[in-house]
Amino acid sequence: MAPFPLDLLGLLGKPGTYLIFLLIGFGFGYALEMSGFNRSTILAGQFYFRESRVVKVFFTAIVVAMGLLFLAVRLNLLDYNLIWVPPTYLWPGIVGGLIMGVGFILGGFCPGTSIVGAATLKIDAMLFVLGGLVGAALFGETEPLFSNFYYGSYYGRVTLMDLFHISTGAAMLIVALMALVFFVMMEQLQKFVTKQETPDSLFRRIAWFAPLALTLVVLVMGDPTPAEKWARLAPEKEPLIANREIYIHPGELLASIADDTLSVVMLDVRSEADYNLFHLHGARRTPMEDLPAVARELLLDPNIGQTVIVLMSNDETAATEAWKIMQAESVPNVYVLEGGVNNWLSIFAAEEEGIQPAGQTADEQLAYTFAAARGDRWEAANPFPHEWELEYEPKIKLERKKGPTTGGCG
Amino acid sequence: MNAEKTTFWQKIFRRPEKPYADPYLGGIVMGLVLFASLFITGSGLGASGTVGRFAVFLIDLVAPQHVDRVPDFLHWGGGETNPLDATLPMITLGSILGGLVSGLIHGRFKPEIFKGPNISNRTRLIMAFLGGVFFVYGARMARGCTSGQGLSGGATLSAGSWAVVFAIFGGAWALAYFVRKLWL
Repeated sequence: MAPFPLDLLGLLGKPGTYLIFLLIGFGFGYALEMSGFNRSTILAGQFYFRESRVVKVFFTAIVVAMGLLFLAVRLNLLDYNLIWVPPTYLWPGIVGGLIMGVGFILGGFCPGTSIVGAATLKIDAMLFVLGGLVGAALFGETEPLFSNFYYGSYYGRVTLMDLFHISTGAAMLIVALMALVFFVMMEQLQKFVTKQETPDSLFRRIAWFAPLALTLVVLVMGDPTPAEKWARLAPEKEPLIANREIYIHPGELLASIADDTLSVVMLDVRSEADYNLFHLHGARRTPMEDLPAVARELLLDPNIGQTVIVLMSNDETAATEAWKIMQAESVPNVYVLEGGVNNWLSIFAAEEEGIQPAGQTADEQLAYTFAAARGDRWEAANPFPHEWELEYEPKIKLERKKGPTTGGCG
Repeated sequence: MNAEKTTFWQKIFRRPEKPYADPYLGGIVMGLVLFASLFITGSGLGASGTVGRFAVFLIDLVAPQHVDRVPDFLHWGGGETNPLDATLPMITLGSILGGLVSGLIHGRFKPEIFKGPNISNRTRLIMAFLGGVFFVYGARMARGCTSGQGLSGGATLSAGSWAVVFAIFGGAWALAYFVRKLWL
């Protein structure tokens, strides 16, 4: 598994973790001050093309971090699924952004820059911070009036790759080229307004071209497929399959469903026809090719640490392949239903009318015939947990998700 | 004795003012810090969240029951929870120290008000306050500001964050002409 990001709390405890964040903040504050972002006239000057520092610093920081980040991801040093990507709430984001724009041009700061401004005794920055406290309080007081809006237009963890259906490298290229266009445009506009040339410098060349170079590397390497990701994990994870640690008995699944402290997500990777004939109550049909997307959605759930994900196919072969994909996507607490749906039916449908053993079948075929395609409206699809006393060896061990559950703004 | 002491303090607090760094250098340093944060911790930088948390902290001092009744305050400071006991306020504390150190080294640590030439200090300070109200109100609504959504969301290629970035710059540029008296 990719070694980064680190489980800081587990490694260093709370004081150590806080110290790391303090050091990161120190670097951030230093960079903001050295860039001139504690001076409101520099920040506001951007919007009259007297200055181009805001666009240069902001977009350079983004493309430098982006280039290094996704190169690290591609070299398997870093797991992108464990990186906090702000989830998309489209309209609150846009309206909130426009309101921020108003605050920016009136106040001449944004929150980060005002804090650094106040730290270097800029009086206007201090007033901006005070106003910010009032703004935060006002938001809390008024948010109940538009809760539906605030929690609406939620799309989850959507990246530019998901939005445009392009590879990581292609999305990076769009951003890197856009930044380059902004740099050239701002320098030209500034020259037009102030009649001053921007001097060339080493740093200017690095900012213009280094992120583009990193982007091209990622673009040429392409995105790893789930199969490639699994190949890297295989030495560590194959023994779990061989020792059958990932296969849970139908009785354990039934007990987990009945356990109020757990939430169980059942993913059924069989064909639509088999699913329509019979599936477990609450099982969601998930074609194999949708698994990476479902994995990302599951990783967004803050209760993922209390969630058991159970994969099932008619037997075990397909569900085990699905398990490998979920491992490749870093989803914790994923198990496979032992013996699959056929095994489940052999226990719970033995006496049910309309369900008959089909005799000899190949691997991953339904070993039963059904009088009708009743989906989950069979008794065996939703057995009463306390009516069954089944003996099994419990396998489920809950693991907390690695990586942050909230981002920079929470 | 006394004179010596003055020079010592002058050495720290009255250093000659230096010009700001090449903006591309500033951006590179900021990008490296952002990358380090994402690489090591898995989360990026932020600022507005601390302002929100600090507001809840202050409200909690005077009216703890009120914090427990307002949903947006509750998740940060409900019950015994200290809203400042989190990683983001540590980033902000670090930013204050980092800004302070850079300001001291480069002789830019001094009480000043920056404003356009055609407005009074009083107008500038009122507008700064008002700007802060708007900005953080919008940042709470968008779930992040230029740091959390802009830098961190931008670098991690979040689709929603890019929408926020364009809205911020779009909003500011759209209004800039109408409030040019504040700055020009």
